Amino acid sequence: MIPTPDVSHLTKKDFEHVYEPAEDTFILLDALEQDAESLRLSLPRVCLEIGSGSGCVSSFVGSILGPSSALYVATDINPHACHCTKLTGRQNKTPIEPLNASLATPLMQRLKHAVDILIFNPPYVPTYDDEADGAQQGADIQGAWAGGKDGMQVTDVLLDQVENLLSPIGRFYLVAVKQNDVPAIRRRLLDTHGLQSEIVVQRRAGGEHLFVVRFSR
Amino acid sequence: MVRLITHNLLACHVKGCTSNNFPLQFKDVQVELREAEFNPDFLRGFIPRLEWGALVDAARQLGDTSLPAEPPEMLDDDFLQKLHHVLLEVHIEEGAMICPNCNHVYPISNGIPNMASAYHQPIHNVVN
Repeated sequence: MIPTPDVSHLTKKDFEHVYEPAEDTFILLDALEQDAESLRLSLPRVCLEIGSGSGCVSSFVGSILGPSSALYVATDINPHACHCTKLTGRQNKTPIEPLNASLATPLMQRLKHAVDILIFNPPYVPTYDDEADGAQQGADIQGAWAGGKDGMQVTDVLLDQVENLLSPIGRFYLVAVKQNDVPAIRRRLLDTHGLQSEIVVQRRAGGEHLFVVRFSR
Repeated sequence: MVRLITHNLLACHVKGCTSNNFPLQFKDVQVELREAEFNPDFLRGFIPRLEWGALVDAARQLGDTSLPAEPPEMLDDDFLQKLHHVLLEVHIEEGAMICPNCNHVYPISNGIPNMASAYHQPIHNVVN
């Protein structure tokens, strides 16, 4: 049993700007814990989390693998989130490198086929497209959930970059909800990028049907 | 905490800036040294992913000349300790990184690099 990362150092004020760990975070932790042994055995060196928010998930991966076994890089478009990610890493003894950036843009050139663990809990809630655009530009808490049409506006952009990022042993963990059309996402990554996938965990929680899907070569 | 291991992975991503956009050059940086757990297996596994010349150059910009111009064939403990220090114990807390091609400035504040400013740049005209 790997303990849930401690986020007690973050305050109510932090969570006005940064998404607080919730059911979708916990299902992702459960999926990673389920894969813990095989993750360790695959000797990952580069772990990249996109949209790290509070930093809870990367800290958890750090507890699975050990602080010195991998490089933990985390991006978020929201600068408050980068700050929280740094603090949560420190609190849980995982050195996380936060980058204030959208998706993996500053890393695409150098991390081509070099990411061993890629994690994305995206803004998956269906909203109007304008709302999702504004939320990403606003770089605040709305960007953590507003997902545009079918909740796929931000995820769609990343899906086309996943194959480029994954190393030969790379795995990509994606959180999704039913409205995102999980079968279509899986088919798309198989047909256009040759990536296999498996649903690691799914459950209904708080009115959402949540999935964690794992993709690999 | 921008460490040199991360700096080695960052390229300028201003739209249209696609060549000579790596490595970013440091400007007015404040550095802190913090001890990290030594893990030789991690270092051996990471060496193939490094742009060695860029790492040596970045370390020299910060006044550290402990690394050889080429990675040695024998990865002994003495070398790995030096690499460990350069990659993982040198933290850039304040300052900026500048693209050698388009001169875009990526500020670093409280150890967090602002890579998002690139999205608001006008499209860069590459002049060769």
